[in-house]
Amino acid sequence: MASFFDIKARKAAAAAANGASSGNAEKTATESTKVQPWVEKYRPKTLSDVTAQDHTVTVLQRTLQASNLPHMLFYGPPGTGKTSTILALAKELYGPELMKSRVLELNASDERGISIVREKVKDFARMQLTNPPPGYKSRFPCPPFKIIILDEADSMTQDAQSALRRTMETYSKITRFCLICNYVTRIIDPLASRCSKFRFKSLDEGNAKKRLEDIASLEGVTLEDGAVDALIRCSEGDLRKAITYLQSAARLVGAAAQTGGGDADEMEVDNAAVTVKVVEDIAGVIPEATIQRLLKAMKPGGSGTVSSVVEDMVADGWSAAQTMTQLYQAVVYDETLPDIQKNKIVTVFSEVDKWLVDGADENLAILDLAAKISGIMAGR
Amino acid sequence: MALLVDKLRPRSLEELTYHEELSKRLRSLAQCGDFPHLLVYGPSGAGKKTRVVATLKELFGPGVEKIKIDARVFMTSSNRKLEFNIVASVYHMEITPSDVGNYDRVVIQDLLKEVAQTQQVDQAARQKFKVVVINEAENLTRDAQAALRRTMEKYSPNLRLILLANSTSNIIAPIRSRTLLIRVAAPTHDDIRSILAAAAKKEDWPLVEGLNKRIAEESGRNLRKALLMFEAVHAQNEKVTDTTPIPVPDWEVLVGQIAKEITEDRTPARVMQVRAKFYDLLTHCIPASTIIKTLCFKVMPLVDDSLKPGVIHYAAMYEHRIKTGTKAIFHLEAYVLKIMKMVEEYLMSMDM
Ligand SMILES: Nc1ncnc2c1ncn2[C@@H]1O[C@H](COP(=O)(O)OP(=O)(O)OP(=O)(O)O)[C@@H](O)[C@H]1O
Ligand SMILES: [Mg+2]
Repeated sequence: MASFFDIKARKAAAAAANGASSGNAEKTATESTKVQPWVEKYRPKTLSDVTAQDHTVTVLQRTLQASNLPHMLFYGPPGTGKTSTILALAKELYGPELMKSRVLELNASDERGISIVREKVKDFARMQLTNPPPGYKSRFPCPPFKIIILDEADSMTQDAQSALRRTMETYSKITRFCLICNYVTRIIDPLASRCSKFRFKSLDEGNAKKRLEDIASLEGVTLEDGAVDALIRCSEGDLRKAITYLQSAARLVGAAAQTGGGDADEMEVDNAAVTVKVVEDIAGVIPEATIQRLLKAMKPGGSGTVSSVVEDMVADGWSAAQTMTQLYQAVVYDETLPDIQKNKIVTVFSEVDKWLVDGADENLAILDLAAKISGIMAGR
Repeated sequence: MALLVDKLRPRSLEELTYHEELSKRLRSLAQCGDFPHLLVYGPSGAGKKTRVVATLKELFGPGVEKIKIDARVFMTSSNRKLEFNIVASVYHMEITPSDVGNYDRVVIQDLLKEVAQTQQVDQAARQKFKVVVINEAENLTRDAQAALRRTMEKYSPNLRLILLANSTSNIIAPIRSRTLLIRVAAPTHDDIRSILAAAAKKEDWPLVEGLNKRIAEESGRNLRKALLMFEAVHAQNEKVTDTTPIPVPDWEVLVGQIAKEITEDRTPARVMQVRAKFYDLLTHCIPASTIIKTLCFKVMPLVDDSLKPGVIHYAAMYEHRIKTGTKAIFHLEAYVLKIMKMVEEYLMSMDM
């Protein structure tokens, strides 16, 4: 049997399936949409598909008409449409045929040391601009410059970023840069100041809701009342996460309906609705009862059981981050707690959060959090 | 002779005993072509890997069980050679990038793209994509995680990732956003007892309920640990009863001794003795985090209730420093000194 790394066999296989592979990206896309995760299937294809980033989209559409582009810096939390937007913009500018020769995408999966970026950008920028085929220009503006996308730029070192300054200037006549990052503070000032900045907001409820409902109806998924709200709540403004949750929730209830329904052997996504509970389950939300049990153990009088409750929660695999979030909500909105205690408790959260981000042991961190809150509640 | 843990490992989703709901969910995901990337997390010994392997079988059929080990060499940008082992079948491959420490990014960048850019060899494969399983994902460096981001999106027609981790707090938000999180809870005491009972039956060993109950509790809901203890008890004793002592791993015994010693005698000489024991543990590759955590739990029953919050606090604090610092021994000793001081002060206050 051929091995996983039998490159020759793979090449042969690739050649056999060539029609679908290298040739036409569009075609591959339509062929494989059936088996694609929904996040990819419903990635916005044009600027107007991008939801909730109205300001950005309007400005970009205007530049599309003017056929000129500044250097750009996109920033914002994960899953808010940054990568999708630049790809859609590039596609609208150059169309499918010129995309390859006019757009260079470098992301964190590429080696991005100083010299490598410089070389790659140089080689790319120096390539002759190919002329669009006749008639093509009426459909796509094809402005006379190339776009270099540096996605996930916050993972580039400071040195690599400063080296980029020169490069940007050297080729500024024929190239435009688009930097994309989650944290704008990780981009050095001299770079950031050369770019028009676009902030991508966490998706607001209204827009996210609409998008999710659209996808659900296209996929034939029924949503119980409140399920969309649960999706949005659990995904915290990250549309990608919300779509992934929706997909697996749909699969789950679809499968349940199928085994229950007996002999329906086609893959039919059934009428069983996605419920709030299914969504919360998938999103890893800790049941309210568990949080209450912890809270009760922490309160004066319930002492002694805190460590066993925590031990159980850790063994049940509840993630520390989720525990923190939910416990925080529970404590802050607990009206029986005096404000002065809440203030003290909040500082404990701050410390423990930092530990966790640094990779400290979750069990000890949560146990300490619980013990400290318990102490504060007891007036110690 | 294979250990029980391996011999009795379930091979398919149907054979998995506990967490029926979760098995059902994994099956429903595997049966549709649009399988998402997964991040499977849960405490160690909860059966994450077993579940993932069973899911792979559901995805691709028995072919995934024909595995071989490939040794590969990578070059870093500074021209250092990295040796790296890969476990692979025709359909999937399994890697542990933390084996190469800080160079994990190089491996991720090269390897995943190579996999992603090639087609399935087996044209009749049930899925168009291949799966890469990444062990110990919580140890991936930030750079390596960043390197995964676009790869996970761009190559999704050809590639799915399954990340395995003990906890999710070290996984960056963009990766969490790209995966479906699957929580694998540790089996309950009852789950463990019924698994032990089944094991006893298969091995033709007598069923000793009381002992199995004790093992389940001792194991801290860690199934791997429970099975190892179970096997050891039966191997070391002719006749097994409810009260047969359960063998404890040497290192745990040693940590127990340390706990006892530092609460009994709080002198510089003691610190010296204990230091030797710490070195002993460290040279036997017991992770410093595990040592401090175990020490914390062993000290707790030995001290007054009023000291417990402090014992926990300093364990958490120094464990954090172990993770962010470079020299574990500093922090282990600092912890010991803190405990000694707390106990000493407590005793003084009692005298007055
Ligand atoms: N504004 C949006 N409109 C429509 N779909 C969106 C939007 N934002 C995110 N999505 C959905 O989420 C997926 C991921 O979006 P995208 O790759 O653009 O995120 P990103 O901002 O680049 O995130 P990251 O910072 O993690 O790279 C898309 O495929 C799409 O399905
Ligand atoms: Mg992106």
